Amino acid sequence: MWSASGRRLRASSANPRADQVKPPPFDYAKPASLSEALELLASDDDAKILAGGQSFVPVLNFRLASPSLLIDINGLAELGRISLVDGGLRLGAIVRYRDLEDSELVAAENPLLAHALHHIAHYQIRNRGTVGGSSSHADPSAEFPAVSALCGAEYVLQSIRGSRVLPADEFFLGALTTALEADEILTEIRFPPWPRDRRWAFEEIAPRLGDFAILGAAVLLDPGETRILVFGAGDRASRLPRAEAALRGRTLDKAAILEAAKLASEEIEPQGDIHATAEYRKAMAEVLVERCLERASGVKVVA
Amino acid sequence: MQPKPEGLDPKTFIGQPILRNEDARFLTGGGTYSDDVTRPGMLHAAILRSSHAHGLVRGIDASEALALPGVVAVYAWADIADIAQPIPIRLAPLVGLDRFPQYCLASDKVRFVGEPIALVVAESRYIAEDALNLISVDIEELPAIVDFAGASAPKSLLHDAHGTNIASAYEVQRGDVKAAFAEADYRRRETFVCQRHTGVPMETRAVIAEWDVAAQHMTVWGATKVPFPNRATLAKMLGLEDKSVDLIEVDVGGGFGIRGEFYPEDFLIPFAAKKLGRPVKWIEDRREHLLSAQHSRDVSCILEIACKSDGTILGLYAELFVDLGAYVRTVGGVVPAKAAQFVPGPYRIANVGCSVQIFLSNKTPVGTYRAPGRYESNFFRERLIDMAAHDLGIDPAEIRRRNLVLGSEMPYGIGKLVPYEPEGEYDTGDFVAAFERALQDSDWNALNARQGEDEDGWLHGTGLACFVETGGAGPKETARLVVRKEDGGINLFIGSSALGQGHETVFAQICADALGIPFKGIRVFHGSTTYLDEGYGTYASRAIVMGGSAVLNTAETLIETMKPLAAEALGFPNEALVWKAGRFETESGGSSIGLAELAAATAQEIRADGSFSSTRRTASYGTHVAHVAVDRRTGKIRLIDYYVVEDVGRIINPLIVHGQAVGGVVQGLGGAFLENLAYDENGQFLAGSFADYLMPTATDFPSIHCTSLELSRAPSNPLGAKGAGEGGTTAAGAAIGNAVSAALRKYGAEVHELPVTPSKVWSLIAQAKAAAGQ
Ligand SMILES: Cc1cc2nc3c(=O)[nH]c(=O)nc-3n(C[C@H](O)[C@H](O)[C@H](O)COP(=O)(O)OP(=O)(O)OC[C@H]3O[C@@H](n4cnc5c(N)ncnc54)[C@H](O)[C@@H]3O)c2cc1C
Repeated sequence: MWSASGRRLRASSANPRADQVKPPPFDYAKPASLSEALELLASDDDAKILAGGQSFVPVLNFRLASPSLLIDINGLAELGRISLVDGGLRLGAIVRYRDLEDSELVAAENPLLAHALHHIAHYQIRNRGTVGGSSSHADPSAEFPAVSALCGAEYVLQSIRGSRVLPADEFFLGALTTALEADEILTEIRFPPWPRDRRWAFEEIAPRLGDFAILGAAVLLDPGETRILVFGAGDRASRLPRAEAALRGRTLDKAAILEAAKLASEEIEPQGDIHATAEYRKAMAEVLVERCLERASGVKVVA
Repeated sequence: MQPKPEGLDPKTFIGQPILRNEDARFLTGGGTYSDDVTRPGMLHAAILRSSHAHGLVRGIDASEALALPGVVAVYAWADIADIAQPIPIRLAPLVGLDRFPQYCLASDKVRFVGEPIALVVAESRYIAEDALNLISVDIEELPAIVDFAGASAPKSLLHDAHGTNIASAYEVQRGDVKAAFAEADYRRRETFVCQRHTGVPMETRAVIAEWDVAAQHMTVWGATKVPFPNRATLAKMLGLEDKSVDLIEVDVGGGFGIRGEFYPEDFLIPFAAKKLGRPVKWIEDRREHLLSAQHSRDVSCILEIACKSDGTILGLYAELFVDLGAYVRTVGGVVPAKAAQFVPGPYRIANVGCSVQIFLSNKTPVGTYRAPGRYESNFFRERLIDMAAHDLGIDPAEIRRRNLVLGSEMPYGIGKLVPYEPEGEYDTGDFVAAFERALQDSDWNALNARQGEDEDGWLHGTGLACFVETGGAGPKETARLVVRKEDGGINLFIGSSALGQGHETVFAQICADALGIPFKGIRVFHGSTTYLDEGYGTYASRAIVMGGSAVLNTAETLIETMKPLAAEALGFPNEALVWKAGRFETESGGSSIGLAELAAATAQEIRADGSFSSTRRTASYGTHVAHVAVDRRTGKIRLIDYYVVEDVGRIINPLIVHGQAVGGVVQGLGGAFLENLAYDENGQFLAGSFADYLMPTATDFPSIHCTSLELSRAPSNPLGAKGAGEGGTTAAGAAIGNAVSAALRKYGAEVHELPVTPSKVWSLIAQAKAAAGQ
């Protein structure tokens, strides 16, 4: 179903090649430039962006969404770049997990992100899935949004009306909900520079390797500031102000770590599902935050 | 032919680890699976399924769907009502079950999420799916039954006419349970739950049907497991003679007991094809599969054990509660009946009683899945034996050693624990030898010394579980051998179906040895009803035992059939000829004739038909050993090593048997750790995708070690073979339950429920700590 640039194809009953297609009927376009994509998106209220398709194609196949038009942005080379600007990592929206895994720049400029990648799905999915897709989909258990939120990344949103830049905590609004307007495309994610003396840790519990997290935690230790985040516990990944506050201006020793970890558990209101109870998630927040702080600080907590 | 307990003499091909004939085809993409079948003018079907667990169907309006261009027909209950027949119960006809059969479409009521309500036939699957959204169904919701408490205190009845949600209930006993419990030094009673899960073959179900109006003949592709009985069912439903219906088996991407049973679609698609006079194809999608292919397990048990203080088990009493779902389908009460029968397992327990309650619920109907009933009971019994051993201060290996049935006690009568079967037995075996071998393979003594050991927060535990499985029997299986004119090779037709176990290889091995001819020239054709007049199928680990023996018998018949032809060709009397290494020779050795020359010299086709009948079951048995480490803070479980030792009688092909064992273990571990067909309290299905229904993946369980032994030949069949398909699966839940409990010993936490997830292990530890006031 490839089309030449800009041509619209109809994947529906009229298309004889569509015998084995599961989604509801939609029009399809593969624009050659971002401006063309933005025009298309603005011209149709029910249009949706297709990036790696790893979340959206299942949604379509279950017929949970029926967009009128799919705008395939995989051809937009301008959204596929990994670069360093003013010391901060910039990721185009269609940068794939696989690109990140292969990138020496990412390994050097955001070792936390490089590490968290290994917890995301399986290589087949990482070959297709994009950072923009993961962010726009906004699954509360997803790793990339969690890392971006912890690092204080910024999201660049564009439309024919112009562009705006939102910090992660204004971009992610809830489970599967972001600040993206119907006519906006997420084009870039900008990470602040990674301090050279920063220490970090990441922990996750998932049923199987590559599954979405039942619960995950990550910490950043900078001189004078400790950031703590859990994901999989609420409607989005979130930093834990009380736990962080408990460590402010304090030496990270065993007592401090245990106290922060305990606060982390108290601070979240997770839900239960078929894979784990709410109580379990709450308890795991304590364990994982403790382990993260222990690992990042080098302080031995458990004998 | 009389069974020869010692089996054949060792020959060339049986017992060899020959690579599978079918592999090259499969691995190079040359397989023909159901979806590869395409017929001229073919239409596509999609099925509208209930999204309600329980409700009254007030009306169906398909007019909008019918108006969609490309839609050819929509069928609902009204369209089949005049010919509709219930899906017959083929096996395990426990009293009362026949009141609750399923019709192929819902009539006045829907009783589970996924129940077929209407069938859309269209020019493409895509249009058919679009049309599903245009059918409006008016359903008045009723309260859903989701557990035994709900079923037995009916605020709601699934089948109003029968006034009960209890499909069947019975008691069985051997010995005197009451007396045994009265005299025991020790008793313990525990409740266990084995969750609903099932086989999930890589290839989903499929039906492609074509009606030849001129010949008045129906052909259906996609059949497997039991094509012959299914043909009879379909023929009856369509009002045709058996011979007017053929079921064709193409390559099958897995079965596991669930695929190939007669489902509503097995009628609906041929019905539509006949009605419309055009071929119709339906391929189940994964969501449909999880919703509507038969579920399995889902048994709870209150089990009580009575022992002497030395660990001798005097009695077991089990109350079993089996959720059969909304209807009773083809395999009837196999799951409950076998769960009850295998409560005592491989142990010498004189007094055994079971009270079995089989109830209906607003869930997908339950049928057989690899090791049906056995997986559940092994878990219940082996868990309780470990608890008893601990209470009595006896080592878990020692208590088993003391109670396993001895080789000298074979055949060991197991009494009449199945209402619809005669008294049962374990035919042959040395349970203790297999057990000791498993201890040795796993280095049990070393692992046992580490029970509960804390290694950097990871608690070690090793669990044992012993099993016996009877299967591989009845009633009959058939074979036909044809000598090919062009090259003197053999075409072998068998009634057993191939669900991926390597029939094209093992049957050729058996045939090659039976005739003393090369393996290469034998081609195996399986399953389809076009090959043979009758056949039975592949279930209960019976294909080699029954089908393989049929091949042996048929080979003898072929030799007898060929003898006069050879005599004529060579000019010697019959008596002067002997069959040797694939040729007839004169006794003096002066003249001889082989298959190719004989076929060339004979005008008619040379062929022989034969069969093998036996109702005597074979007992495969063995021991599982699981070594795990549990993160005491997160409840995460690492499977460090897993060992299985099983005795399968005669091994035809060790590579294939090994593959069966390892694959079986992985499936069993899926049930132990991951798989759960969960419902909520309203009967809504929560496991409709692979993101919810978690299966083991290729990398999850790397360290599985299986050893298959040939300790005891089966007396029931000339091969001496026993079932070899289910031993890897059957005790996996049990061994994992025991291993995790052993790891948690310092908390006194015990696993009562599968699957064992991190969340549940954490709760077990938390509860145990709370109970201990920590
Ligand atoms: C088996 C499996 C396991 C998985 N496991 C994990 C896991 O462990 N962790 C995890 O984080 N994820 C996991 N995923 C999800 C996967 O990471 C996401 O599917 C992927 O990252 C989404 O990116 P995509 O490019 O495929 O987006 P798509 O699926 O193409 O799009 C997702 C959504 O975002 C919108 N969208 C995409 N790009 C843009 C854009 N630039 N601007 C505006 N809107 C946009 C689309 O319209 C759609 O609504 C798993 C997926 C599968 C199939």
